[in-house]
Amino acid sequence: MKALLMMGCPELPVQTAAALYIANKLNREGFVVTSAGNKAAISLLLNSDPEKHYIKKVMDLDRCIGALAEKKIDFDLCFVFIHSDSGITYLATVKSISKAKTVAVIFGKEIEPLIEASTGSVIIAAKSVHNPTPLRAQIDGVKSWAALTR
Amino acid sequence: MNYEILLPNSSFKECADYIKKNFKEIYYVPAGYKMFESYLVGIPPIPIAIENDDIIMPYVKPCHGCFVLRIPGKEEVGGLRKGKSNIFI
Repeated sequence: MKALLMMGCPELPVQTAAALYIANKLNREGFVVTSAGNKAAISLLLNSDPEKHYIKKVMDLDRCIGALAEKKIDFDLCFVFIHSDSGITYLATVKSISKAKTVAVIFGKEIEPLIEASTGSVIIAAKSVHNPTPLRAQIDGVKSWAALTR
Repeated sequence: MNYEILLPNSSFKECADYIKKNFKEIYYVPAGYKMFESYLVGIPPIPIAIENDDIIMPYVKPCHGCFVLRIPGKEEVGGLRKGKSNIFI
């Protein structure tokens, strides 16, 4: 099973923490996890996990979109990190070019419109900017990510 | 690449509406459509306008939102007008 973590702008601190936490859960379930983001988002991940206990593969976000669009890669599960309208456009793009089951990981101060715009995806959402605990509680509510791919 | 920003830092919907409202020759393409060596991100169908030899398109940056760009693009104009297989109007 293959999973993609598609990260947006890392301006909200909870994104990196949530990505590492989800990556660990997925690794333990046997997923091969790829993390895609811009340079800053990837750099934050790699600097937070220097021995690559959680983050095994990384990919530039634009190259990832291109490879998905060209059908060179695909995933069973794709987590899209969303705290703004840009995140919603990335979610819509992934839904359009990938066969992956999509999970919208929504955080920030104003999450309601983002939740509304994420219909058709599994939604993990919490009002969370600096403190990852509310988001982590939502993530822990899913007992098996592999079950979502069946 | 030469480009002009027609609408900065907006939502994707605002950019799509701007293109549909302000231009006459509009084509709709799917997300992931290749344009100027990059792949379009957006909520499909994505409107792209042609005016003279310019392409007018939405462009999403993760940290900055969506922009409407005007880019000179004779080859891309030709491709859109000829109707590539994955374009729907």
